[in-house]
Amino acid sequence: MGMGMTMSEKILAKASGQESVKAGDIVWVNVDIAMMHDLLGPWLVDGGFRRLGGKLFDKEKVVVVSDHCTPPATVQQADILKFTRDWSRQQDLPYYYEFEGPCHQVIVEHGHVRPGRLILGTDSHTCMAGGLGAFATGIGSTEMIGVLLTGETWLKVPETIKVVWDGKIPHGVYAKDLVLKTIKDLGHAGATYQTIEFSGSAITDLSMDERLVLSNMAVEAGAKTGLIEPDEKVVEFLRSKGVTDEIDMVSSDPDASYIRTLHYNASELEPQVACPHEVDNVHPVSAVEGKAVDQVYLGSCTNGRISDLRIAAQILKGKKISKNIRCLVVPASQHIWMQANKEGILDILTEAGCIVNMASCGACGGFTSGVIGAGEVVMSSSNRNFRGRMGSAKGEVYLGSPASVAATAIEGKIADPRKYLLKEVM
Amino acid sequence: MSFIIRGRVWKYGDNINTDIISPGQYMSQPVDKQAEHAMEAIDPDFAGKIQAGDIIVAGNNFGSGSSRETAQMVLKHHQIGAIVANSFARIFYRNSINVGLPVVEMVDTSVIEEGDEVEIDLLAGKVINHTKGVEYKGTKLPEHLIEMVKLGGLEPYLANKLGIS
Repeated sequence: MGMGMTMSEKILAKASGQESVKAGDIVWVNVDIAMMHDLLGPWLVDGGFRRLGGKLFDKEKVVVVSDHCTPPATVQQADILKFTRDWSRQQDLPYYYEFEGPCHQVIVEHGHVRPGRLILGTDSHTCMAGGLGAFATGIGSTEMIGVLLTGETWLKVPETIKVVWDGKIPHGVYAKDLVLKTIKDLGHAGATYQTIEFSGSAITDLSMDERLVLSNMAVEAGAKTGLIEPDEKVVEFLRSKGVTDEIDMVSSDPDASYIRTLHYNASELEPQVACPHEVDNVHPVSAVEGKAVDQVYLGSCTNGRISDLRIAAQILKGKKISKNIRCLVVPASQHIWMQANKEGILDILTEAGCIVNMASCGACGGFTSGVIGAGEVVMSSSNRNFRGRMGSAKGEVYLGSPASVAATAIEGKIADPRKYLLKEVM
Repeated sequence: MSFIIRGRVWKYGDNINTDIISPGQYMSQPVDKQAEHAMEAIDPDFAGKIQAGDIIVAGNNFGSGSSRETAQMVLKHHQIGAIVANSFARIFYRNSINVGLPVVEMVDTSVIEEGDEVEIDLLAGKVINHTKGVEYKGTKLPEHLIEMVKLGGLEPYLANKLGIS
Protein backbone atom coordinates (compact mmCIF):
# COMPACT_ATOMS: atom_id res chain seq x y z
CA MET A 1 0.00 0.00 0.00
CA GLY A 2 1.33 3.40 -0.96
CA MET A 3 1.86 6.16 1.56
CA GLY A 4 1.42 8.95 -0.95
CA MET A 5 -1.75 10.92 -1.53
CA THR A 6 -4.15 11.04 -4.46
CA MET A 7 -5.22 14.37 -5.97
CA SER A 8 -8.49 14.12 -4.05
CA GLU A 9 -6.65 13.59 -0.76
CA LYS A 10 -4.30 16.50 -1.44
CA ILE A 11 -7.06 18.96 -2.34
CA LEU A 12 -9.19 17.95 0.65
CA ALA A 13 -6.17 18.08 2.98
CA LYS A 14 -5.55 21.66 1.87
CA ALA A 15 -9.24 22.57 2.13
CA SER A 16 -9.37 21.19 5.68
CA GLY A 17 -6.11 22.79 6.78
CA GLN A 18 -4.30 19.51 7.36
CA GLU A 19 -0.95 18.13 6.26
CA SER A 20 -2.50 14.92 5.07
CA VAL A 21 -5.80 13.08 4.97
CA LYS A 22 -6.70 9.62 3.73
CA ALA A 23 -9.69 8.03 2.04
CA GLY A 24 -12.47 7.40 4.55
CA ASP A 25 -11.63 10.40 6.78
CA ILE A 26 -14.50 12.77 7.55
CA VAL A 27 -13.18 16.31 7.19
CA TRP A 28 -14.58 19.81 7.57
CA VAL A 29 -13.54 21.77 4.50
CA ASN A 30 -13.41 25.40 3.43
CA VAL A 31 -15.16 25.92 0.11
CA ASP A 32 -13.38 27.96 -2.58
CA ILE A 33 -16.37 28.42 -4.89
CA ALA A 34 -20.07 27.95 -4.06
CA MET A 35 -22.01 27.78 -7.31
CA MET A 36 -25.80 27.90 -7.72
CA HIS A 37 -28.03 27.94 -10.76
CA ASP A 38 -31.52 29.38 -11.07
CA LEU A 39 -33.59 26.21 -10.72
CA LEU A 40 -31.89 24.86 -7.56
CA GLY A 41 -30.39 28.07 -6.22
CA PRO A 42 -31.64 31.26 -4.52
CA TRP A 43 -35.29 30.36 -5.15
CA LEU A 44 -34.98 27.27 -2.92
CA VAL A 45 -32.19 28.51 -0.66
CA ASP A 46 -33.48 31.94 0.35
CA GLY A 47 -35.97 30.88 3.08
CA GLY A 48 -33.52 28.89 5.18
CA PHE A 49 -30.71 31.33 4.42
CA ARG A 50 -32.74 34.21 5.87
CA ARG A 51 -33.96 32.22 8.86
CA LEU A 52 -30.31 31.59 9.74
CA GLY A 53 -29.18 35.20 9.52
CA GLY A 54 -28.95 35.77 5.78
CA LYS A 55 -25.29 36.81 5.68
CA LEU A 56 -22.96 35.40 3.02
CA PHE A 57 -19.62 34.02 4.22
CA ASP A 58 -17.78 35.69 1.31
CA LYS A 59 -19.59 37.07 -1.72
CA GLU A 60 -16.40 36.86 -3.81
CA LYS A 61 -16.67 33.06 -3.54
CA VAL A 62 -20.32 32.78 -4.52
CA VAL A 63 -21.20 32.41 -8.21
CA VAL A 64 -24.78 32.34 -9.51
CA VAL A 65 -25.65 31.34 -13.09
CA SER A 66 -29.17 31.47 -14.54
CA ASP A 67 -29.20 28.78 -17.20
CA HIS A 68 -32.08 26.33 -16.66
CA CYS A 69 -34.92 28.84 -17.06
CA THR A 70 -33.33 30.74 -19.96
CA PRO A 71 -35.18 31.79 -21.95
CA PRO A 72 -38.20 31.21 -19.72
CA ALA A 73 -40.78 28.93 -21.35
CA THR A 74 -43.44 29.53 -18.68
CA VAL A 75 -44.40 32.28 -16.26
CA GLN A 76 -43.16 30.12 -13.37
CA GLN A 77 -39.72 29.92 -15.00
CA ALA A 78 -39.75 33.69 -15.59
CA ASP A 79 -40.57 34.18 -11.90
CA ILE A 80 -37.68 31.92 -10.84
CA LEU A 81 -35.32 33.77 -13.18
CA LYS A 82 -36.42 37.15 -11.81
CA PHE A 83 -36.06 35.89 -8.24
CA THR A 84 -32.52 34.71 -8.99
CA ARG A 85 -31.54 38.01 -10.61
CA ASP A 86 -33.07 40.12 -7.80
CA TRP A 87 -31.47 37.97 -5.10
CA SER A 88 -28.05 38.25 -6.71
CA ARG A 89 -28.42 42.05 -6.86
CA GLN A 90 -29.63 42.28 -3.26
CA GLN A 91 -26.62 40.26 -2.15
CA ASP A 92 -24.44 42.52 -4.31
CA LEU A 93 -22.82 39.47 -5.92
CA PRO A 94 -19.85 40.34 -8.13
CA TYR A 95 -20.39 37.14 -10.15
CA TYR A 96 -23.91 36.71 -11.48
CA TYR A 97 -24.34 35.46 -15.07
CA GLU A 98 -27.51 34.92 -17.07
CA PHE A 99 -28.25 33.95 -20.68
CA GLU A 100 -24.55 33.02 -21.01
CA GLY A 101 -24.99 29.24 -21.08
CA PRO A 102 -24.94 26.25 -18.71
CA CYS A 103 -23.24 27.01 -15.37
CA HIS A 104 -20.53 24.36 -15.70
CA GLN A 105 -19.18 25.91 -18.90
CA VAL A 106 -19.69 29.51 -17.73
CA ILE A 107 -17.64 29.07 -14.54
CA VAL A 108 -14.84 27.50 -16.57
CA GLU A 109 -14.82 30.33 -19.13
CA HIS A 110 -14.80 33.03 -16.45
CA GLY A 111 -11.79 31.56 -14.66
CA HIS A 112 -13.61 30.49 -11.48
CA VAL A 113 -12.46 26.90 -11.97
CA ARG A 114 -8.79 26.38 -11.15
CA PRO A 115 -6.66 23.38 -10.25
CA GLY A 116 -6.65 22.54 -6.54
CA ARG A 117 -9.84 24.44 -5.73
CA LEU A 118 -12.78 22.93 -3.87
CA ILE A 119 -15.98 23.75 -5.76
CA LEU A 120 -19.49 22.82 -4.62
CA GLY A 121 -22.54 23.47 -6.77
CA THR A 122 -26.26 22.77 -6.67
CA ASP A 123 -26.05 20.54 -9.74
CA SER A 124 -24.81 16.99 -10.14
CA HIS A 125 -22.64 17.86 -13.15
CA THR A 126 -20.57 20.31 -11.06
CA CYS A 127 -17.94 17.54 -11.32
CA MET A 128 -17.10 18.89 -14.80
CA ALA A 129 -14.69 21.33 -13.13
CA GLY A 130 -12.50 18.32 -12.31
CA GLY A 131 -11.29 18.41 -15.91
CA LEU A 132 -9.07 21.32 -14.84
CA GLY A 133 -7.99 19.60 -11.62
CA ALA A 134 -10.52 21.13 -9.19
CA PHE A 135 -12.27 18.89 -6.67
CA ALA A 136 -15.85 19.67 -7.65
CA THR A 137 -19.09 17.97 -6.73
CA GLY A 138 -22.84 18.46 -6.54
CA ILE A 139 -24.74 19.24 -3.35
CA GLY A 140 -28.37 19.92 -2.52
CA SER A 141 -29.99 23.28 -1.84
CA THR A 142 -30.20 22.77 1.94
CA GLU A 143 -26.52 21.95 2.13
CA MET A 144 -25.84 25.09 0.08
CA ILE A 145 -27.54 27.15 2.81
CA GLY A 146 -24.86 26.00 5.23
CA VAL A 147 -22.08 26.69 2.74
CA LEU A 148 -23.40 30.20 2.01
CA LEU A 149 -23.52 31.05 5.72
CA THR A 150 -20.32 29.42 6.95
CA GLY A 151 -18.18 28.66 3.88
CA GLU A 152 -17.78 25.15 5.27
CA THR A 153 -19.23 21.69 5.07
CA TRP A 154 -18.20 18.14 5.89
CA LEU A 155 -16.98 15.69 3.27
CA LYS A 156 -15.86 12.09 3.39
CA VAL A 157 -12.50 11.80 1.64
CA PRO A 158 -13.22 9.49 -1.30
CA GLU A 159 -11.29 6.51 -2.50
CA THR A 160 -10.06 6.84 -6.07
CA ILE A 161 -10.57 4.66 -9.12
CA LYS A 162 -7.78 5.19 -11.64
CA VAL A 163 -8.92 4.95 -15.24
CA VAL A 164 -6.00 4.80 -17.66
CA TRP A 165 -6.53 5.35 -21.38
CA ASP A 166 -3.34 4.80 -23.38
CA GLY A 167 -2.87 4.59 -27.13
CA LYS A 168 -3.84 6.83 -30.01
CA ILE A 169 -7.54 7.65 -30.29
CA PRO A 170 -8.74 6.55 -33.76
CA HIS A 171 -10.27 8.91 -36.30
CA GLY A 172 -13.99 9.35 -35.62
CA VAL A 173 -13.65 8.42 -31.93
CA TYR A 174 -13.81 11.10 -29.24
CA ALA A 175 -13.73 11.74 -25.49
CA LYS A 176 -17.47 10.97 -25.38
CA ASP A 177 -16.81 7.45 -26.66
CA LEU A 178 -14.06 6.96 -24.07
CA VAL A 179 -16.27 8.04 -21.20
CA LEU A 180 -19.29 6.02 -22.36
CA LYS A 181 -17.12 2.90 -22.52
CA THR A 182 -15.75 3.68 -19.04
CA ILE A 183 -19.27 4.13 -17.60
CA LYS A 184 -20.41 0.89 -19.25
CA ASP A 185 -17.62 -1.01 -17.52
CA LEU A 186 -17.93 0.71 -14.12
CA GLY A 187 -21.74 0.60 -14.16
CA HIS A 188 -23.99 3.52 -13.30
CA ALA A 189 -23.34 3.11 -9.58
CA GLY A 190 -19.85 1.61 -9.92
CA ALA A 191 -18.01 4.66 -8.64
CA THR A 192 -20.49 5.76 -5.94
CA TYR A 193 -18.73 7.75 -3.16
CA GLN A 194 -15.47 7.56 -5.17
CA THR A 195 -13.34 9.78 -7.40
CA ILE A 196 -12.56 8.74 -10.95
CA GLU A 197 -9.09 9.90 -11.94
CA PHE A 198 -8.54 9.82 -15.70
CA SER A 199 -4.96 9.43 -16.88
CA GLY A 200 -2.81 7.93 -19.63
CA SER A 201 -1.40 9.18 -22.91
CA ALA A 202 -4.80 9.30 -24.65
CA ILE A 203 -6.06 11.65 -21.91
CA THR A 204 -3.07 14.00 -22.01
CA ASP A 205 -3.47 14.14 -25.80
CA LEU A 206 -7.01 15.48 -25.39
CA SER A 207 -7.82 19.17 -25.79
CA MET A 208 -9.27 21.14 -22.86
CA ASP A 209 -12.68 20.94 -24.56
CA GLU A 210 -12.58 17.14 -24.62
CA ARG A 211 -11.21 16.65 -21.11
CA LEU A 212 -14.30 18.38 -19.78
CA VAL A 213 -16.48 15.69 -21.40
CA LEU A 214 -14.84 13.04 -19.21
CA SER A 215 -15.14 14.94 -15.94
CA ASN A 216 -18.70 16.10 -16.77
CA MET A 217 -19.90 12.51 -17.00
CA ALA A 218 -18.09 11.06 -13.95
CA VAL A 219 -21.32 11.35 -11.97
CA GLU A 220 -23.03 9.05 -14.49
CA ALA A 221 -20.99 6.25 -12.88
CA GLY A 222 -22.08 7.56 -9.48
CA ALA A 223 -18.74 9.27 -8.79
CA LYS A 224 -18.25 12.18 -6.41
CA THR A 225 -15.96 13.83 -8.92
CA GLY A 226 -13.86 13.12 -12.01
CA LEU A 227 -10.31 14.46 -12.00
CA ILE A 228 -7.60 15.01 -14.57
CA GLU A 229 -4.13 16.12 -13.50
CA PRO A 230 -3.52 19.71 -14.65
CA ASP A 231 -0.74 20.27 -17.22
CA GLU A 232 0.52 23.03 -19.50
CA LYS A 233 -2.71 22.94 -21.54
CA VAL A 234 -4.65 23.89 -18.41
CA VAL A 235 -2.21 26.71 -17.59
CA GLU A 236 -2.39 28.01 -21.14
CA PHE A 237 -6.19 27.87 -21.06
CA LEU A 238 -6.43 29.78 -17.77
CA ARG A 239 -3.93 32.41 -18.95
CA SER A 240 -6.09 32.90 -22.06
CA LYS A 241 -9.01 33.60 -19.71
CA GLY A 242 -7.03 36.31 -17.90
CA VAL A 243 -6.02 34.30 -14.82
CA THR A 244 -2.67 35.69 -13.68
CA ASP A 245 -2.39 34.06 -10.21
CA GLU A 246 -0.03 31.20 -9.51
CA ILE A 247 -1.64 27.89 -10.45
CA ASP A 248 -1.62 24.90 -8.07
CA MET A 249 -0.34 22.04 -10.24
CA VAL A 250 -1.81 19.39 -7.97
CA SER A 251 -1.02 15.78 -8.88
CA SER A 252 -1.31 12.35 -7.31
CA ASP A 253 1.85 10.94 -5.76
CA PRO A 254 3.37 7.97 -7.62
CA ASP A 255 2.79 5.80 -4.53
CA ALA A 256 -0.79 6.96 -3.90
CA SER A 257 -3.38 4.25 -3.12
CA TYR A 258 -6.13 3.40 -5.59
CA ILE A 259 -9.08 1.17 -4.85
CA ARG A 260 -9.15 -0.03 -8.45
CA THR A 261 -7.34 0.59 -11.73
CA LEU A 262 -8.83 0.11 -15.20
CA HIS A 263 -6.52 0.01 -18.25
CA TYR A 264 -7.69 0.68 -21.78
CA ASN A 265 -6.12 0.91 -25.20
CA ALA A 266 -7.90 3.77 -26.98
CA SER A 267 -6.68 2.66 -30.41
CA GLU A 268 -9.09 -0.30 -30.29
CA LEU A 269 -12.21 1.76 -29.49
CA GLU A 270 -15.09 2.37 -31.90
CA PRO A 271 -17.85 4.99 -31.49
CA GLN A 272 -20.16 4.19 -28.55
CA VAL A 273 -23.86 4.88 -27.95
CA ALA A 274 -25.72 4.87 -24.60
CA CYS A 275 -29.20 3.41 -25.12
CA PRO A 276 -32.38 4.09 -23.11
CA HIS A 277 -32.85 4.47 -20.18
CA GLU A 278 -29.50 4.28 -18.37
CA VAL A 279 -26.12 5.84 -19.17
CA ASP A 280 -24.34 2.50 -18.66
CA ASN A 281 -26.49 0.75 -21.29
CA VAL A 282 -23.69 1.33 -23.80
CA HIS A 283 -23.16 -0.45 -27.11
CA PRO A 284 -20.83 0.05 -30.09
CA VAL A 285 -22.55 2.22 -32.71
CA SER A 286 -22.61 -0.79 -35.06
CA ALA A 287 -25.09 -2.50 -32.71
CA VAL A 288 -27.67 0.34 -32.90
CA GLU A 289 -27.01 1.71 -36.38
CA GLY A 290 -30.23 2.26 -38.33
CA LYS A 291 -32.45 3.08 -35.32
CA ALA A 292 -34.82 5.81 -36.58
CA VAL A 293 -34.92 9.08 -34.60
CA ASP A 294 -37.23 12.10 -34.50
CA GLN A 295 -34.84 14.67 -33.09
CA VAL A 296 -31.11 15.23 -32.94
CA TYR A 297 -29.61 17.35 -30.15
CA LEU A 298 -26.11 18.70 -30.71
CA GLY A 299 -24.93 20.64 -27.71
CA SER A 300 -25.08 20.90 -23.88
CA CYS A 301 -22.37 21.46 -21.27
CA THR A 302 -21.15 17.96 -22.10
CA ASN A 303 -20.55 18.35 -25.82
CA GLY A 304 -21.46 21.82 -27.09
CA ARG A 305 -17.98 23.33 -27.16
CA ILE A 306 -16.29 24.84 -30.20
CA SER A 307 -14.37 21.68 -31.11
CA ASP A 308 -17.65 19.73 -31.03
CA LEU A 309 -19.36 22.22 -33.34
CA ARG A 310 -16.35 22.16 -35.69
CA ILE A 311 -16.59 18.38 -36.00
CA ALA A 312 -20.32 18.56 -36.68
CA ALA A 313 -19.76 21.27 -39.29
CA GLN A 314 -17.11 19.15 -40.97
CA ILE A 315 -19.62 16.30 -41.29
CA LEU A 316 -22.62 18.43 -42.29
CA LYS A 317 -20.89 20.84 -44.68
CA GLY A 318 -22.67 20.87 -48.04
CA LYS A 319 -25.14 18.20 -46.90
CA LYS A 320 -28.77 18.26 -45.79
CA ILE A 321 -30.17 16.69 -42.66
CA SER A 322 -32.90 14.08 -43.08
CA LYS A 323 -36.35 15.49 -43.86
CA ASN A 324 -37.81 13.21 -41.19
CA ILE A 325 -36.12 14.93 -38.24
CA ARG A 326 -35.25 18.26 -36.69
CA CYS A 327 -31.72 18.96 -35.52
CA LEU A 328 -31.29 21.38 -32.60
CA VAL A 329 -27.86 22.93 -32.06
CA VAL A 330 -27.19 24.34 -28.60
CA PRO A 331 -23.68 25.77 -28.06
CA ALA A 332 -22.37 25.33 -24.50
CA SER A 333 -22.08 29.08 -24.00
CA GLN A 334 -22.84 32.41 -25.62
CA HIS A 335 -19.09 32.85 -26.00
CA ILE A 336 -18.93 29.62 -28.02
CA TRP A 337 -22.02 30.68 -30.00
CA MET A 338 -20.20 33.85 -31.09
CA GLN A 339 -16.99 31.97 -31.90
CA ALA A 340 -18.94 29.46 -34.03
CA ASN A 341 -20.62 32.36 -35.78
CA LYS A 342 -17.27 33.99 -36.56
CA GLU A 343 -15.92 30.74 -37.97
CA GLY A 344 -18.91 30.33 -40.28
CA ILE A 345 -19.97 27.16 -38.44
CA LEU A 346 -23.51 28.39 -37.75
CA ASP A 347 -23.95 29.09 -41.49
CA ILE A 348 -22.84 25.57 -42.37
CA LEU A 349 -25.16 24.02 -39.80
CA THR A 350 -28.21 26.12 -40.66
CA GLU A 351 -27.68 25.60 -44.40
CA ALA A 352 -27.73 21.88 -43.67
CA GLY A 353 -31.13 22.37 -42.05
CA CYS A 354 -30.21 22.61 -38.34
CA ILE A 355 -31.89 25.03 -35.93
CA VAL A 356 -29.47 26.97 -33.72
CA ASN A 357 -30.80 27.77 -30.23
CA MET A 358 -29.25 29.94 -27.54
CA ALA A 359 -26.89 28.42 -25.00
CA SER A 360 -28.95 27.02 -22.10
CA CYS A 361 -29.84 23.81 -20.28
CA GLY A 362 -32.97 23.79 -22.44
CA ALA A 363 -34.14 20.46 -23.73
CA CYS A 364 -31.21 18.49 -22.22
CA GLY A 365 -33.00 18.54 -18.87
CA GLY A 366 -36.53 18.67 -20.27
CA PHE A 367 -37.03 22.33 -19.29
CA THR A 368 -37.38 24.49 -22.43
CA SER A 369 -36.71 24.76 -26.17
CA GLY A 370 -37.16 21.35 -27.73
CA VAL A 371 -38.54 18.82 -25.22
CA ILE A 372 -39.86 15.58 -26.72
CA GLY A 373 -43.34 14.03 -26.80
CA ALA A 374 -44.56 10.49 -26.14
CA GLY A 375 -43.01 7.94 -28.50
CA GLU A 376 -40.33 10.31 -29.80
CA VAL A 377 -36.70 9.25 -30.08
CA VAL A 378 -33.69 11.56 -29.66
CA MET A 379 -30.03 11.11 -30.47
CA SER A 380 -28.20 13.57 -28.22
CA SER A 381 -24.67 14.63 -27.36
CA SER A 382 -25.73 15.43 -23.77
CA ASN A 383 -24.99 13.45 -20.62
CA ARG A 384 -28.12 11.70 -19.32
CA ASN A 385 -30.78 9.49 -20.91
CA PHE A 386 -33.07 8.65 -17.98
CA ARG A 387 -36.75 8.03 -18.62
CA GLY A 388 -38.41 11.43 -18.98
CA ARG A 389 -35.11 13.30 -19.00
CA MET A 390 -35.79 15.33 -22.15
CA GLY A 391 -39.58 15.55 -21.83
CA SER A 392 -42.11 12.74 -22.06
CA ALA A 393 -41.49 9.66 -19.92
CA LYS A 394 -42.63 7.74 -23.00
CA GLY A 395 -39.77 9.14 -25.10
CA GLU A 396 -36.35 7.58 -25.68
CA VAL A 397 -32.92 9.21 -25.47
CA TYR A 398 -29.72 7.82 -27.04
CA LEU A 399 -26.35 9.44 -26.26
CA GLY A 400 -23.30 9.70 -28.50
CA SER A 401 -20.46 11.95 -29.61
CA PRO A 402 -21.12 15.13 -31.62
CA ALA A 403 -19.79 13.29 -34.68
CA SER A 404 -22.23 10.40 -34.18
CA VAL A 405 -25.01 12.93 -33.60
CA ALA A 406 -24.17 14.83 -36.82
CA ALA A 407 -24.02 11.62 -38.85
CA THR A 408 -27.39 10.63 -37.40
CA ALA A 409 -28.83 13.99 -38.47
CA ILE A 410 -27.93 13.24 -42.10
CA GLU A 411 -29.47 9.76 -42.15
CA GLY A 412 -32.38 10.31 -39.73
CA LYS A 413 -31.18 7.06 -38.19
CA ILE A 414 -28.39 6.38 -35.71
CA ALA A 415 -25.24 6.33 -37.84
CA ASP A 416 -21.52 5.64 -37.62
CA PRO A 417 -19.68 8.96 -38.14
CA ARG A 418 -16.53 7.38 -39.51
CA LYS A 419 -17.85 6.95 -43.04
CA TYR A 420 -18.39 10.73 -43.25
CA LEU A 421 -15.05 11.62 -41.72
CA LEU A 422 -12.89 9.17 -43.68
CA LYS A 423 -13.79 10.92 -46.93
CA GLU A 424 -12.15 14.07 -45.60
CA VAL A 425 -8.93 12.21 -44.82
CA MET A 426 -8.66 10.57 -48.25
CA MET B 1 -36.88 13.53 13.34
CA SER B 2 -37.46 10.30 15.18
CA PHE B 3 -34.92 7.49 15.20
CA ILE B 4 -37.72 4.89 15.08
CA ILE B 5 -40.08 4.82 12.09
CA ARG B 6 -42.89 2.35 11.47
CA GLY B 7 -45.06 2.08 8.36
CA ARG B 8 -46.50 0.15 5.45
CA VAL B 9 -44.27 -0.82 2.52
CA TRP B 10 -44.49 0.12 -1.17
CA LYS B 11 -41.95 -1.79 -3.28
CA TYR B 12 -39.88 -0.42 -6.19
CA GLY B 13 -36.97 -1.75 -8.24
CA ASP B 14 -33.43 -0.61 -9.04
CA ASN B 15 -32.24 2.80 -10.26
CA ILE B 16 -35.21 4.90 -9.18
CA ASN B 17 -33.51 8.07 -10.42
CA THR B 18 -34.24 11.73 -9.74
CA ASP B 19 -35.92 12.23 -13.13
CA ILE B 20 -38.45 9.57 -12.06
CA ILE B 21 -38.94 10.98 -8.56
CA SER B 22 -39.00 14.63 -9.67
CA PRO B 23 -39.40 15.05 -13.46
CA GLY B 24 -37.59 18.11 -14.86
CA GLN B 25 -40.62 19.38 -16.72
CA TYR B 26 -42.48 20.13 -13.45
CA MET B 27 -39.58 21.46 -11.36
CA SER B 28 -40.50 25.13 -11.68
CA GLN B 29 -44.03 24.49 -10.35
CA PRO B 30 -45.11 24.71 -6.69
CA VAL B 31 -44.24 21.62 -4.62
CA ASP B 32 -47.82 20.34 -4.35
CA LYS B 33 -48.10 20.37 -8.16
CA GLN B 34 -44.70 18.68 -8.56
CA ALA B 35 -45.73 16.04 -6.03
CA GLU B 36 -48.68 15.01 -8.22
CA HIS B 37 -46.13 13.80 -10.81
CA ALA B 38 -43.68 12.08 -8.44
CA MET B 39 -42.75 8.58 -9.67
CA GLU B 40 -45.44 8.72 -12.38
CA ALA B 41 -43.09 7.46 -15.12
CA ILE B 42 -42.96 4.06 -13.41
CA ASP B 43 -46.06 4.20 -11.18
CA PRO B 44 -48.87 6.53 -12.33
CA ASP B 45 -50.84 5.67 -9.14
CA PHE B 46 -48.11 6.79 -6.74
CA ALA B 47 -49.49 10.21 -5.78
CA GLY B 48 -52.95 8.75 -5.28
CA LYS B 49 -52.12 5.71 -3.20
CA ILE B 50 -49.30 6.87 -0.95
CA GLN B 51 -50.32 7.61 2.66
CA ALA B 52 -48.52 9.59 5.35
CA GLY B 53 -45.96 7.39 7.09
CA ASP B 54 -45.65 4.84 4.29
CA ILE B 55 -42.19 3.42 3.65
CA ILE B 56 -40.58 3.04 0.23
CA VAL B 57 -38.47 -0.12 -0.16
CA ALA B 58 -36.32 -0.29 -3.29
CA GLY B 59 -33.33 -2.05 -4.85
CA ASN B 60 -29.95 -0.67 -5.90
CA ASN B 61 -28.88 2.91 -6.54
CA PHE B 62 -31.98 4.75 -5.32
CA GLY B 63 -31.96 8.47 -6.20
CA SER B 64 -29.29 8.41 -8.89
CA GLY B 65 -28.72 11.42 -11.11
CA SER B 66 -29.42 15.01 -10.23
CA SER B 67 -28.67 17.00 -7.06
CA ARG B 68 -32.26 18.31 -7.17
CA GLU B 69 -33.70 18.51 -3.67
CA THR B 70 -37.14 18.70 -5.28
CA ALA B 71 -36.86 14.88 -5.09
CA GLN B 72 -36.82 15.05 -1.29
CA MET B 73 -39.37 17.87 -1.32
CA VAL B 74 -42.00 15.82 -3.20
CA LEU B 75 -41.40 12.71 -1.06
CA LYS B 76 -41.68 14.82 2.10
CA HIS B 77 -44.82 16.42 0.69
CA HIS B 78 -46.32 12.91 0.57
CA GLN B 79 -45.02 12.42 4.15
CA ILE B 80 -43.00 9.33 3.29
CA GLY B 81 -41.79 7.82 6.56
CA ALA B 82 -38.50 6.46 5.30
CA ILE B 83 -36.73 4.89 2.34
CA VAL B 84 -35.02 1.52 2.62
CA ALA B 85 -32.83 0.43 -0.31
CA ASN B 86 -29.94 -1.88 -1.11
CA SER B 87 -27.95 1.26 -1.93
CA PHE B 88 -28.42 4.97 -2.49
CA ALA B 89 -26.78 7.41 -4.90
CA ARG B 90 -24.43 9.69 -3.01
CA ILE B 91 -26.04 13.12 -3.40
CA PHE B 92 -29.54 11.76 -2.75
CA TYR B 93 -28.39 10.10 0.49
CA ARG B 94 -26.75 13.28 1.69
CA ASN B 95 -29.69 15.50 0.77
CA SER B 96 -32.11 13.16 2.55
CA ILE B 97 -30.21 13.41 5.82
CA ASN B 98 -29.91 17.18 5.41
CA VAL B 99 -33.68 17.61 5.10
CA GLY B 100 -34.62 14.99 7.71
CA LEU B 101 -35.87 12.22 5.40
CA PRO B 102 -34.78 8.89 6.99
CA VAL B 103 -32.77 6.59 4.68
CA VAL B 104 -31.44 3.12 5.49
CA GLU B 105 -29.41 0.66 3.46
CA MET B 106 -29.71 -3.10 3.90
CA VAL B 107 -28.08 -5.92 1.97
CA ASP B 108 -31.11 -7.42 0.25
CA THR B 109 -34.47 -5.65 0.28
CA SER B 110 -36.08 -8.42 -1.83
CA VAL B 111 -37.00 -10.19 1.44
CA ILE B 112 -39.51 -7.41 2.14
CA GLU B 113 -42.84 -7.52 0.29
CA GLU B 114 -45.31 -4.84 -0.65
CA GLY B 115 -47.80 -4.24 2.14
CA ASP B 116 -45.48 -5.52 4.89
CA GLU B 117 -45.44 -3.52 8.12
CA VAL B 118 -41.84 -2.60 8.92
CA GLU B 119 -40.12 -0.72 11.70
CA ILE B 120 -36.76 0.99 11.28
CA ASP B 121 -34.33 1.80 14.08
CA LEU B 122 -31.83 4.30 12.68
CA LEU B 123 -29.47 4.24 15.66
CA ALA B 124 -29.35 0.46 16.04
CA GLY B 125 -29.28 -0.12 12.28
CA LYS B 126 -32.23 -2.51 12.38
CA VAL B 127 -35.17 -3.14 10.07
CA ILE B 128 -37.94 -5.19 11.75
CA ASN B 129 -40.57 -6.81 9.53
CA HIS B 130 -43.64 -7.14 11.80
CA THR B 131 -45.70 -8.87 9.10
CA LYS B 132 -43.13 -11.66 8.72
CA GLY B 133 -41.75 -11.53 12.25
CA VAL B 134 -38.16 -11.14 10.99
CA GLU B 135 -35.42 -8.69 11.84
CA TYR B 136 -32.86 -7.55 9.25
CA LYS B 137 -29.54 -5.77 9.70
CA GLY B 138 -29.45 -2.27 8.22
CA THR B 139 -26.78 0.41 8.13
CA LYS B 140 -26.41 2.49 11.25
CA LEU B 141 -26.57 6.23 10.91
CA PRO B 142 -22.96 7.51 10.63
CA GLU B 143 -21.68 8.73 14.02
CA HIS B 144 -21.05 12.34 12.93
CA LEU B 145 -24.63 12.72 11.65
CA ILE B 146 -26.53 11.53 14.73
CA GLU B 147 -26.70 15.01 16.23
CA MET B 148 -27.96 16.49 12.94
CA VAL B 149 -30.67 13.86 12.58
CA LYS B 150 -31.67 14.25 16.25
CA LEU B 151 -32.26 17.96 15.64
CA GLY B 152 -34.24 17.31 12.44
CA GLY B 153 -31.75 18.04 9.66
CA LEU B 154 -29.10 20.51 8.60
CA GLU B 155 -31.09 23.72 9.05
CA PRO B 156 -31.87 23.19 12.76
CA TYR B 157 -28.33 21.85 13.22
CA LEU B 158 -26.90 25.06 11.74
CA ALA B 159 -29.28 27.19 13.81
CA ASN B 160 -27.89 25.46 16.89
CA LYS B 161 -24.29 25.83 15.74
CA LEU B 162 -24.73 29.50 14.86
CA GLY B 163 -26.62 30.20 18.09
CA ILE B 164 -29.87 31.20 16.35
CA SER B 165 -33.06 30.11 18.08
